[in-house]
Amino acid sequence: MKIGLLHSLIRKEEKLLIEAFRNAGVEPIMIDDRKLILDFNTAPDIDILVERSINHSRALHALRLFESAGVRCINTHDVARICGDKLLTTAALKDNGIAQPQSRVAFTEESALEAIEELGYPVVLKPAVGSWGRLLSKINDRDAAETVLEHKAVLGSYHHSIFYIQQYIEKKGRDIRSFVVGDDCIAAIYRTSDHWITNTARGATASKCEVSTEVAEISLAAAEAVGGGIVAVDLFESDDGLLVNEVNYTMEFRNSIDTTGIDIPAVVANYVIAQARQ
Amino acid sequence: MGECPVCAAEITIADDAMAGEVIVCDDCGAELEIIALKPIELAEAPTAEEDWGQ
Repeated sequence: MKIGLLHSLIRKEEKLLIEAFRNAGVEPIMIDDRKLILDFNTAPDIDILVERSINHSRALHALRLFESAGVRCINTHDVARICGDKLLTTAALKDNGIAQPQSRVAFTEESALEAIEELGYPVVLKPAVGSWGRLLSKINDRDAAETVLEHKAVLGSYHHSIFYIQQYIEKKGRDIRSFVVGDDCIAAIYRTSDHWITNTARGATASKCEVSTEVAEISLAAAEAVGGGIVAVDLFESDDGLLVNEVNYTMEFRNSIDTTGIDIPAVVANYVIAQARQ
Repeated sequence: MGECPVCAAEITIADDAMAGEVIVCDDCGAELEIIALKPIELAEAPTAEEDWGQ
């Protein structure tokens, strides 16, 4: 069996995955996206490709071309496209009737300000493409809204003038991250922080969250909405129940193995191997 | 053994290290990428780009 592993930098997650594949008797074929030359036709000699690039744009384009050349990919290009863009994620969740915070999209500073005032303060401005809690802005009042919108429009690339505005959810210092592999929600953690941003990349601490029926059901529904595969689902606990905030397609899990007691890389490796055999 | 390209400290490379892996220099805290293992070649790891993430 030949399993390709698309990567750039080798993070802790990639090392754990490589070890898990080796433990399952498979030596992954490493494919460094920094050395790739794609010709729209030629596929590497592999049965399946696991995408683990740290760059969203490289992953997105490489997956499209690998699939075009006949390579099965986990996750698929469509999953990367939808999860990598918060607008597309929101649309996919909405199309599938999955609970999520209210959000608005606007293309000018004026219409964005109008949308923010319609949603009501505070709101969160997010780049459509971005991760690790970077460049998130909690907007508490009109002064802040005008300032941040102007800065994004003047100083940002054109992407930053696609204004994605999300209702601020009071999440009481934590959110939930669940891990979905295929048809199973295998584990979940709470991410707790004194800061309103609860990404572990920003210093939030991880603790075990039991996978309740409610967590499993909404996580699996969200995963299916974006195309399925191996994803991490971020959930808010609101007064109206769980809401899906984001879905991540190249999930990080280094802080969640000991925390949950689940050998996440082993589950992922076994899932990929099973998929390659189908 | 490798040498930190930032502070010139000696760095022990783990037996299971891989090219492309990110390590941290214990002396100066710089994030380094292992470019090659034979011979050992280290470089400053690339800084996070706008589309990096999960």
